[in-house]
Amino acid sequence: MTNTDASLDLDKLTRRHETFTMPILELRRLTKRFGDFAAVDDLSLEIAAGEFLTLLGASGSGKTTTLRMIAGFEPPTSGDILMAGIPIAALPPFKRDINTVFQHYALFPHMSVRENIAYGLRMRRVPTEEREERVGKALAMVKLEQLGARSPRQLSGGQQQRVALARALVNRPRVLLLDEPLGALDLKLRKEMQLELKHLQTHLGITFVYVTHDQEEALTMSDRIVLMRQGRIAQVGTPRDLYDRPASRYVADFIGETNLLPGTVVESAGGAVALRMGGVTLRGLSDCLLAAGSEAWLTVRPEAIALSDGAAPAGHNAVTGTVADAVYAGSALRVHVTLPGGRRLVANVPSGTVTTPGAPVTLTWPIEQGRCVGD
Amino acid sequence: MSAIETPRVPTPAIARPTWLDRVRARPNVRTAVAAALPVGFVTVLLFVPYVLLLVQSFWRLKGGAITHELTLENYQRLFGTELYPNTILFSAGVAIRVTLFSLLLAFPLAYLLAFKVKRHKQLMYMAVIIPLWVSYLVRAYAWKIILGQSGILNGLLLSTGLIDHPLTFLLYSRWAVILALTHIYTPFTLMPIYAVLEAIPPALKEASQDLYANRWQTFRRIILPLSLPGVLAGSTFAFVLSMGDFLAPQLLGGNDSALMVSNLVWSLFGVAYNWPLGAAVSVIVLLLTISLLWLSTQVEKSMNYAGESASRDRREVGMAGRGV
Repeated sequence: MTNTDASLDLDKLTRRHETFTMPILELRRLTKRFGDFAAVDDLSLEIAAGEFLTLLGASGSGKTTTLRMIAGFEPPTSGDILMAGIPIAALPPFKRDINTVFQHYALFPHMSVRENIAYGLRMRRVPTEEREERVGKALAMVKLEQLGARSPRQLSGGQQQRVALARALVNRPRVLLLDEPLGALDLKLRKEMQLELKHLQTHLGITFVYVTHDQEEALTMSDRIVLMRQGRIAQVGTPRDLYDRPASRYVADFIGETNLLPGTVVESAGGAVALRMGGVTLRGLSDCLLAAGSEAWLTVRPEAIALSDGAAPAGHNAVTGTVADAVYAGSALRVHVTLPGGRRLVANVPSGTVTTPGAPVTLTWPIEQGRCVGD
Repeated sequence: MSAIETPRVPTPAIARPTWLDRVRARPNVRTAVAAALPVGFVTVLLFVPYVLLLVQSFWRLKGGAITHELTLENYQRLFGTELYPNTILFSAGVAIRVTLFSLLLAFPLAYLLAFKVKRHKQLMYMAVIIPLWVSYLVRAYAWKIILGQSGILNGLLLSTGLIDHPLTFLLYSRWAVILALTHIYTPFTLMPIYAVLEAIPPALKEASQDLYANRWQTFRRIILPLSLPGVLAGSTFAFVLSMGDFLAPQLLGGNDSALMVSNLVWSLFGVAYNWPLGAAVSVIVLLLTISLLWLSTQVEKSMNYAGESASRDRREVGMAGRGV
């Protein structure tokens, strides 16, 4: 008995593994132009089945246009979209096995919550009995069992958001697209829904393609983040990749809070880079090819920096400056330090630290905590 | 060298409220002042005449003279003969046809304007609305020129050799009236329909398609139901306005015009010199119209997802239309 169970489990595991490695969606050199403006510019991307992928970017970066092309609302100018290997760019939205949660929910105002959720099943001619059962389950999934008869207008923003989610998920799509679904909710509710969405996605195993401009949201929820900039991919990777190993100054600046120190590359070998900034040499790691003599930035997160009054320990960078300001932020004390030349650094240090504005201070951080990046 | 220079300008004294401020601070007084003129206008020019009309409908016509004796005779006569109810029904029949034709023209046009026209949208909308600025009389008269025995249409048909003699049935019939009224009231039907269609968020259409509904299903299940309040408002406009219309039947209706209720009222007040009976007919038509407006407002209220502005407009236009 244990034997069969084990083999079954193994079978399940392998299948899960297989589905995880084969891309459910593939974007090939996808381009969308509006007149002269390229909203999405030669974008190629593979999305694995069961993945929570976030398209992150400032407004105008092309993330929503990309989503709308996947949904079928916007025909690509060139390039192709493949779903499980089949090109779908020519399919109208109603023939795609993809559902969308819209930014402002787009619930049908003349239908009850139940009718809204049943809409997709009705269009697919799912038999009444099965339809009712699935709608009931979907309502239970988003914890709105009691509100099925209500009109969407009688619901709060958070509840409307859940209906939109249920209306999409009841169809069991292979891919769910979410266009800033939490954008209209207040902060507390948004945080709750982030966790709930992530939990739901893991539980259902449906591929989520999630659009947001909120980097914190992206870091919290995603398996992978695609950071977009001017219609192109700035960097793809896990949240940790983007945070710890940004590929460019733009990424470092966009994701989280960071200090950026400009300098000239004086040495670059085997992923270790030395930058000359003012009279100081700073060392850091890099994944990019930075030629000696080129301009680059060293990025270091505030939480990596420590205050020290002596010399830097081995394997650390050190800069000296004067304390400009110290702001109490609950869990940490944010110390602003002015470097010679006027540039400022922020260090998050334990909130018990005592600092005096105007006092000289030395900032140190381990070399591997600093990343050298190009523009 | 003082660190901060003292400003030369003296600090203004703390203001005390004047009597005007005190009046303004009382919302009731403000409302009363603002409302006095419009309320007075409506009372003198609309409410009083309606009351007079109602009173007059109970007066008696004795030997060709109107006496101030109160009687129900006028209403008895009105419902006692077939003439008056039939006239009202005939007018309603014309109005229903006008409504239908206006809808058939206005809905597709509004749909195109709202969803398909991308460039010059405002211009196209204005092209529909601008004819409203042309005098109603001119537009009604234009049809006389088009449909007349030596009119444009007959001239065209004769010159192409399709007919040998001018067609005489074009003008002076209820169909000429229906045609002209449809032309005149289609913009009124279009406006509310366009307004509701414009207000439908494009995301609803996309959501429907996202949920496997094709274009026709999306139209039938999303666009059409959501446009119903506008359709209702537009239909009510067309119906109420054309039912009370007087000029088009007078100019284009020929013998049929005698069968329209406004023209009947006109002749009762004019040649027939039976003001009380004319007033009674007016009162009945007024009551019919008000109940229709009430009904359509109720129906619209049941479609609670729509705004309320359409119904308010309709009431106003309806009353204006009735003020013959």
